[in-house]
Amino acid sequence: MNNIPIKTMRDALIEQIFDKMHKNEAIFFLSADFGAPALDALKEKFKDRFINVGIAEQNLINLSTGLALEGFIVYAYGIAPFLAMRAYEQIRINLSLSAQIKEINVNLIGVGTGVSYDVSGPTHHCLEDITIIRSLPTFIVFSPSDWILSEKFVDFSINIQKPKYIRLDGKPLPPIYNKIENFNLENGFYELVQGEQICLVSTGYMTHKALKIAKDLHGGNIGVIDVFLLKPIKEDLLFDSLKKYKFIVTLEEAFMNKGGLDSLMLNILKNKNSSIKLKNLGFKDEYIFESGGRNYLHKLNHLDEINIIKTIEECK
Amino acid sequence: MRFNTDLFEFLKQKALWVRQETLKIHKIAPETRLASSLSDVEIFVVLYYGGILNFNSKDIHWQERDRFIISKGHGAISLYPILANLGFFSKEELKNVCKEDSMLGSIPDNIPGFETINGSLGHGLGVGCGMALALKRKKIKAKVFILSGDGELNEGSVWEAIMFASHHKLDNIILIIDNNKMSMLGYQKDILDLEPLEEKFNVFNWESKVINGHDMEELYLALNHFKKNKSKQPMVLIANTQKGKGVSQLENDPLCHIKSLKEDEIDNILKELK
Repeated sequence: MNNIPIKTMRDALIEQIFDKMHKNEAIFFLSADFGAPALDALKEKFKDRFINVGIAEQNLINLSTGLALEGFIVYAYGIAPFLAMRAYEQIRINLSLSAQIKEINVNLIGVGTGVSYDVSGPTHHCLEDITIIRSLPTFIVFSPSDWILSEKFVDFSINIQKPKYIRLDGKPLPPIYNKIENFNLENGFYELVQGEQICLVSTGYMTHKALKIAKDLHGGNIGVIDVFLLKPIKEDLLFDSLKKYKFIVTLEEAFMNKGGLDSLMLNILKNKNSSIKLKNLGFKDEYIFESGGRNYLHKLNHLDEINIIKTIEECK
Repeated sequence: MRFNTDLFEFLKQKALWVRQETLKIHKIAPETRLASSLSDVEIFVVLYYGGILNFNSKDIHWQERDRFIISKGHGAISLYPILANLGFFSKEELKNVCKEDSMLGSIPDNIPGFETINGSLGHGLGVGCGMALALKRKKIKAKVFILSGDGELNEGSVWEAIMFASHHKLDNIILIIDNNKMSMLGYQKDILDLEPLEEKFNVFNWESKVINGHDMEELYLALNHFKKNKSKQPMVLIANTQKGKGVSQLENDPLCHIKSLKEDEIDNILKELK
């Protein structure tokens, strides 16, 4: 098992879609002029079902809608902030709204969520997508922490006639779920580390950080729960895993207090009349113009390891 | 079907009836956009009663049907009586437009006969391009008709789709522009001048035709020509129309888009309408 490679979520996902396209002729793959190493083979093999629509996210969504209304399964691929925000009204009306009355299987694949495009600056940072896409009825929001989950999304997506948004980190990352068997994707979360008292609840890239901290604080009995399905949420099930803890620290590459993972967890605690305390860590209510790598951007927002550990210590 | 005097008279009577019915709807639902729903009456009549559109009101998902997307959703109140008359839904519904729990609102959404959600402008052509791709993939010979307003062409998303349609040679697309030359707050030429409109489409590699959108014969011949067209290009029919057509209180009023008529005014118009 030690040979499991570091991989980008998008390559794993595209390889899986490519595989399915051989058997399932109803699958279309549309890209807003955005690539991936794994996309080359797909483009070449399925010339009639791969379309580069150009740098035109609005039309990407509208074309996907038209195809889906005619019964096709569509994967619409682009850079996360542009896909989720440039085309938001197309997503709202033609996907979310339409899906309430018709079957629509459109899967938006947004690459570069959070600050994975760190040095490209605030236009490329994507800190709003969880909030805005989660606010749309009928949508499913998937936020994998590694390429294995990303790959598993494909089977899940083909049979569910709803619009979905899968938000992918832009950087290659080591696998997390290679040693985990028999977990249910539809449950939407997984308790990667069983702890006592304090639990880190994270999504996407931050789960890697949570795991590292839990390991570094060995003996600290810090739990880690990875939430990869941000909508819908199996509230009862998730609370069953949470209720043994006294403190929760949420970790996300998203703006804080605005409907992200933190709001989602607070809502569960409120609905369950729980006395568990919650501290949320994420990005401040401002854009980042300072250039720098991901760790630097985390530091500016108290999301670096030292500050996360400090927050954990304060909980004790 | 050949265009002859009988067909002309038939379509003319239908258009008169549609205007009357549209006014009656406006009488019970003054929230409806009357002027926008009067410029496209002849377009709807020729499509549905002139044998242009292939449809099956008893099987709205019939695979071979022509798809018709009404992108200017607010201007489609005049389509309600036609769809009811053709059996897409009960005529009783026409008495309840905008009433509680009615299927028919001031803008058509989830209604048999409408392919898409309408109401926000600039979406229809792009969605239509997706359908056109799908039909080609399924080897279905049907066409995708899209009715757009001219003001709607201000939306950038429309031009993304215009570029896409010609690049991908979507020759099963027929875009009809209800060119009434006005949007909500005035004349297009004063807001964002679209002219020369036909040339714009031509440089984007579309086949085009400009006609009088209230002339049954011109509409009939142009749409029939487009249906048989083998040019491998998407097609646009620029139908020059008048907003509020047939109602003198609306014609030539730059603010007619948002104008509602009073009940007694409507009664008088109904008596005089020809």
